[in-house]
Amino acid sequence: MAGQNGGCYAKFRAFGNRSRKNEERVSREDWAKMKAWDAIIIGGGHNGLVNACYLQRAGLDVLVVEKNDWVGGAATSRELTPGFLYSNCSYVCSLFRPEIMRDLELPRFGLQVISYEGGAVFTRDGDYLANYRDHDAHRREFARFSKRDAEAYDRYARDVTRQCRFIQPLLMRTAPDPTSLRPRDLGELLYLGKKFAGLSAEEMALTLRFWTMSISEFLDEYFETDVIKANFALSGIIGTALGPMSPGTAYVLLHHYMGEVDGSVGAWGYARGGMGAVTKALAAAFKASGGTIRTGAEVDHVLVGRGKAKGVVLAGGEELYGKLVVSNADVKRTFLKLVEEKELPDIFLRRVRNFKIRGSSGKVNIALDSLPEFPALPKDSPVYRGDMHFTDSVERMERAYDDWKAGRWSADPFLDMVIPTTLDPTMAPPGKHFMSCFVQYAPPKIAGAEWTDADRDGFAESVISQIAEYSPGFRDRIVHMEVRTPREIEAEVGLTEGNIFQGELTFDQLLFNRPVPGYAQYRSPVGGLYMCGSSTHPGGGVMGAPGRNAAAEILRDLAKSTSHMSAAHDVI
Amino acid sequence: MTSSETIVIGGGHNGLVAAAALAKTGRKVLVLEAESEVGGAARTEEFAPGFRVSSIAHLLNRLHPDVVKALELDMHGLQCARADFMPSVALSKDGPPLVLHGAYGEVLTGASPSEQAAWKELRAQLLRYAGILKPFLSRRPPDLAGMSLLETASFGQAALALKKLGKEDMRDFLRVLLMNVADLLDEQLADIRLKGLLAFDATLGSHLGPRSPTSLLGLYYRLAGETGGAAGAQIQPQGGMGAVVAAIRAAAEKAGVTVLTSTPVARIIVEKGRAVGVALDTGEVLRARTIVSAINPATTFLDLVGPRQIDTGFVRKVKNVRMKGDAAKLNLALDRPPQFSGVDAAGHKGRLVIAPSPDHVERAFNPSKYGEFSPEPVMEITLPSLADPSLAPSGACVLSAVVQYAPYALKEGWDAGKPKFLKAIMAQLEAYAPGIGKSVVHAELLTPDDIETRYRMPGGHWHHGELQADHMLISRPVSGWSGYDTPIEGLFLAGAGSHPGGGVSGAPGLNAARRIIAMKG
Amino acid sequence: MAQSTRKKPVSKTVNAAVSARIAAQDHFRTLRLGTPFQPRIDALAKTQDWYNWAGYRAPHSLWDEELEYFAIRSQAALFDISPMTKYRIEGPDAEAFLDRVTLRDVTKLKPGRVHYTAWCDDEGFVLDDGTLFRLSPTRFRLCSQERHLPWLLDSAIGFDVTVEEETEAVAGLALQGPTSFAVLRDAGFASVERLKIFDLADFPHDGGTVGISRTGFTGDLGYELFVSADRALSLWDRLMAAGQLRGIRAIGYTALNRARLEAGLIVANADFTTAEHAIRADRLRMPDEIGLGFMIDLEKSHFNGRRAILDARAKRKLRHVLVGLEIEGNIPAEHAIVYHKKSQEVGLVSAAMWSPMAKRNIAIASLARPYGDTMVDDLWVEIYAMRELQYQKLMKRAKVVARPFIKLDRRTANPPADF
Repeated sequence: MAGQNGGCYAKFRAFGNRSRKNEERVSREDWAKMKAWDAIIIGGGHNGLVNACYLQRAGLDVLVVEKNDWVGGAATSRELTPGFLYSNCSYVCSLFRPEIMRDLELPRFGLQVISYEGGAVFTRDGDYLANYRDHDAHRREFARFSKRDAEAYDRYARDVTRQCRFIQPLLMRTAPDPTSLRPRDLGELLYLGKKFAGLSAEEMALTLRFWTMSISEFLDEYFETDVIKANFALSGIIGTALGPMSPGTAYVLLHHYMGEVDGSVGAWGYARGGMGAVTKALAAAFKASGGTIRTGAEVDHVLVGRGKAKGVVLAGGEELYGKLVVSNADVKRTFLKLVEEKELPDIFLRRVRNFKIRGSSGKVNIALDSLPEFPALPKDSPVYRGDMHFTDSVERMERAYDDWKAGRWSADPFLDMVIPTTLDPTMAPPGKHFMSCFVQYAPPKIAGAEWTDADRDGFAESVISQIAEYSPGFRDRIVHMEVRTPREIEAEVGLTEGNIFQGELTFDQLLFNRPVPGYAQYRSPVGGLYMCGSSTHPGGGVMGAPGRNAAAEILRDLAKSTSHMSAAHDVI
Repeated sequence: MTSSETIVIGGGHNGLVAAAALAKTGRKVLVLEAESEVGGAARTEEFAPGFRVSSIAHLLNRLHPDVVKALELDMHGLQCARADFMPSVALSKDGPPLVLHGAYGEVLTGASPSEQAAWKELRAQLLRYAGILKPFLSRRPPDLAGMSLLETASFGQAALALKKLGKEDMRDFLRVLLMNVADLLDEQLADIRLKGLLAFDATLGSHLGPRSPTSLLGLYYRLAGETGGAAGAQIQPQGGMGAVVAAIRAAAEKAGVTVLTSTPVARIIVEKGRAVGVALDTGEVLRARTIVSAINPATTFLDLVGPRQIDTGFVRKVKNVRMKGDAAKLNLALDRPPQFSGVDAAGHKGRLVIAPSPDHVERAFNPSKYGEFSPEPVMEITLPSLADPSLAPSGACVLSAVVQYAPYALKEGWDAGKPKFLKAIMAQLEAYAPGIGKSVVHAELLTPDDIETRYRMPGGHWHHGELQADHMLISRPVSGWSGYDTPIEGLFLAGAGSHPGGGVSGAPGLNAARRIIAMKG
Repeated sequence: MAQSTRKKPVSKTVNAAVSARIAAQDHFRTLRLGTPFQPRIDALAKTQDWYNWAGYRAPHSLWDEELEYFAIRSQAALFDISPMTKYRIEGPDAEAFLDRVTLRDVTKLKPGRVHYTAWCDDEGFVLDDGTLFRLSPTRFRLCSQERHLPWLLDSAIGFDVTVEEETEAVAGLALQGPTSFAVLRDAGFASVERLKIFDLADFPHDGGTVGISRTGFTGDLGYELFVSADRALSLWDRLMAAGQLRGIRAIGYTALNRARLEAGLIVANADFTTAEHAIRADRLRMPDEIGLGFMIDLEKSHFNGRRAILDARAKRKLRHVLVGLEIEGNIPAEHAIVYHKKSQEVGLVSAAMWSPMAKRNIAIASLARPYGDTMVDDLWVEIYAMRELQYQKLMKRAKVVARPFIKLDRRTANPPADF
């Protein structure tokens, strides 16, 4: 992909130095020779590309610069061993907003999502608890463990659905600034107030509790069986540096339930061709609308003059000029590494430094020469085509988190394991399989020190040995393995501390607090410098909403039409 | 059968405050206390021959000023002089302690100058933010189903107070409101002793660790309290906590309240959805127009009213109130005063805290999640007899400590666990006060299990329900019924299980009385 | 830093409970269960027209939905009600427990009697309706559309009572129609004629017993029979053999649904949304809003939702009313919108049909008060009748009428007619 747009770059002048002093040396003639892009997007992750697509379609001339030789950020599929396509970081699709898929015609560019068929938690007594799509099979499965819990599910689903319906419309809106008296902020606050007032008193109370409860306590109010609670609790911890007993994890569950696959709310699926298919489609859509992508181009810093962003300087020293700059990088990387300190107000810097972005997860991607067998699972079970877990109690999950707090990877980790090739044969040679294991917990540092290769191997072993316990002969099937600790995630994708959500999803970092109070509307203290990554509202997951919402704010500032952007789908 | 206007069940401090406030409006009020003594968990009791101690609550740090004023407690013997403010001493195993003087560290000693400056700023900020929440303590939580004009106005007031903070301060307030205390401390402080102390204070009495989101609220709750007009100040009343309750009782009796002790209530009599009286353990029936329950909400509804008279959803909500205590109380009779390393004489009269760092508190919290006690517990220690020699024989000393984490539902059971836990506590104490073990004449360890049995507090939880965000304000004790009234007409709640929560504040009692008066109950 | 991996071997000792649980894994291969009568029903299922009734494969029709309906009204129709949710409630406090849970006065329900009742959540919203069978002074069976085990168990706190779900263990049949009594008598259920409407008794069958009640969902003479699953087929055969000369026919749900509409009976989650399934807060309904206000007994002791129901009545918070409608013409108004003065939308029809018995175009509708309550004039329904890919829009006058739409004396006649 690199170099295919090379023709354009002949127009640019490269500068050897990167300081602003050199910038001042640029003569008027030099300025005139240089092309100034309408917008430069730093980072070709899914949000950067979504943002770029919307801006390009609004008539802007947009350049995306990506440090890696491929685009995709954490939504990427690479062939690390011949014939096997990995979903290297993110591995399942649900949250990606259908409005964006439609606006950007992503199906035309190859995006297709296939729903899971089920899932299971293996229990240590040789059984498993499965999740089936069929409502009655789901109930009968739960009834194997508890008749009461089987019949409690409908009320649980009702309450969670009610909360999702309350929050989902907020995903595609800019969070209001509660300290502002501007009509727009007041209007948005009023919208929130009205939405809240539209709830019944019972729902309001539940909403308030939902935002502050732990998923474990929340589940205790519905279910009695440990494995059933563990089955639901996992959605409350994925991607977070919290355990299932931490207040606030009930909200995280909602964050994971808000997605949909083709109208099936809460459903999860695989992107055909791996998660890289999402960003491949975005990149293709972007280019088809005339946009330019430059890979292998790491940004060293943002050019700022008189408090306004003027472009970016690449690691090699090359300067690229843009009327505005949008950063898809996380807020810490953007403002602590790419922008000079003196350009930023102290209070903003303080808040950025205080932004919590501790990584909590790792990833083990495995190429297998055959489908692994799980003796506990019947061979014709749909569970093979869903997500599998081995953590059968909330306590085990919480203990795994205790290890994280102590600066260790979990000795008994929580795994979210999928074999996408059971539904998507394009990812591996016939009969062979790709397995993705999302692993919690993995701290950004090991007892205060950087991860070493030996640590990484120990981490991988904790995962493999857990799988092998339930799948004899598993080790012998492994053809190739990619292990990603927070160290690797940060090094390759650029996510600070390896945090997959570009910042923790706790209340102090949600809505008008995300990423930092006062700058929760995609703008920054530097004029013309915007944020569009998952550090911004509504946060992480392959959702695209931050990129889209940022585009809406940018176009508003440019007084351009947003008619090419669908409003959030109705929740009726 | 006798008849009375108002019956208050439970002669703890909240029950007595509610009774006094109601009697002051001319109502005929009868207080029924199950034990032989009033005071509930705020009592001074002899635990070894010649040794007396505030058996559970041992510090006064949040008696609400409205209560002091309404009951004229200063006229009944309560004194809170600035000179009595106790320092808080953050003990350190391998160095000098750090001391917060005055009202929660007006002056900080034992820390570096930069830390002192950072503390000054943080303290001011914490007090400012706690001040926003303070007015809520003396108010009824808003009614979500239909907010009255008055309630809306009081919310407006809070919003206005928030606006007064200024834009950036308000933004920070909204950011940190539901944060965990450890992260906030890491943002602003460096000294792990100071951070350990604050982490301890934020989580004392709740099933949270300093890394649990929302744990900062515990610190706000503490700092929203005041003593002698100073926020965060703490004193040890002369004569122990029993003396405070004695003052409240005196005020109540002066207002005409009748107090009957050793009179346990067996049930609340409900006819057609209305509480009409109580039946005593003896079988005697007392009828009244209004029943005020100043005891635990779960006991009130599940035992005294009974599930048959209330709806299933409400039973569920009551059963879902988490009230499994994690705090144990240690009372030691010592043959001589202990010497805590590096602590001066004034420090020994203060509140001595063993919580060496937030991580230590967090590690102490971890096992409690799984029904295990902390192998290295954290605790706050007072030596009340140093300031009040009447509490111990001459030359001897009383040590009173609140110790965490001691989960109510200990997996191995407290019969087996108690001696082990006592050993762990004594090992901790020995590390900070070498030789203390040898001076112990008698040790009384009250686990949450003991506290439940002895003080009729389910789960041994001193707040009668976790004081966490999802159990606060409109969700306390349960959503839909947070305003002191209950699904049973004529029955009101007035204990710590109701808003704003526990601690010897009297606020739930006073707020409940105000509600009853407003309802003409 | 070196870290070791904690070992936690998969347990090899499998106890009996675990073995039973593992043995039950296979259910995923059969998404729609058969009922204990399934072999017989499958043999008769000429239309192969199935639907999912609570996880069971149940027939919409078996041979001809039109004629199946007439089997109810002129002969005897056999309908498999096994998928209905059934709970057995037993214990010294069973009466008091059910009295607390449900709206009607259970202390007045004598052993050997059945009543139709409903139950509400704390807010007074209907969780479900169903029939309560008093099998003995301390034993009851509660039958309902939805599942309620957590609610019943939590309601049982403080009562000496056990609640057990027995849907699979107990098979049920409805035998409805004018010759149903004769069929039972001919099948040898001695003195079944003594059963008056809503009576219940046990009869010997196949070495065990069958519980027969004079109840049903058709507004016709009819009985319901409950038997343990292992004696289901022999019961079916016994009835079929005895009924051969009385025109007995097995039927599917479509026919039954017509009969119940004529009888003016409502169906949970068809005519109203049950509280535990309502995602939208405005879909919840109080008993007074779905025509079940008659069940509310303020003289009995405390029952769930009492406070909220009284409060709603006192503060006039009732917002809906369920009514029977008689509509001009003969085009069924299923799911039609109801208007006042042809313009203002005031409600929705939930069930409608041309009644062959009444020869009237009938419907059940939910209206926003005061319409249907104090304002009953000038109501209209807009019927979108799809005819050869075009909607024929009809605005038809609707009149609020009393339910049931048909009243058959034979339903309650004693002794039951021997047709």
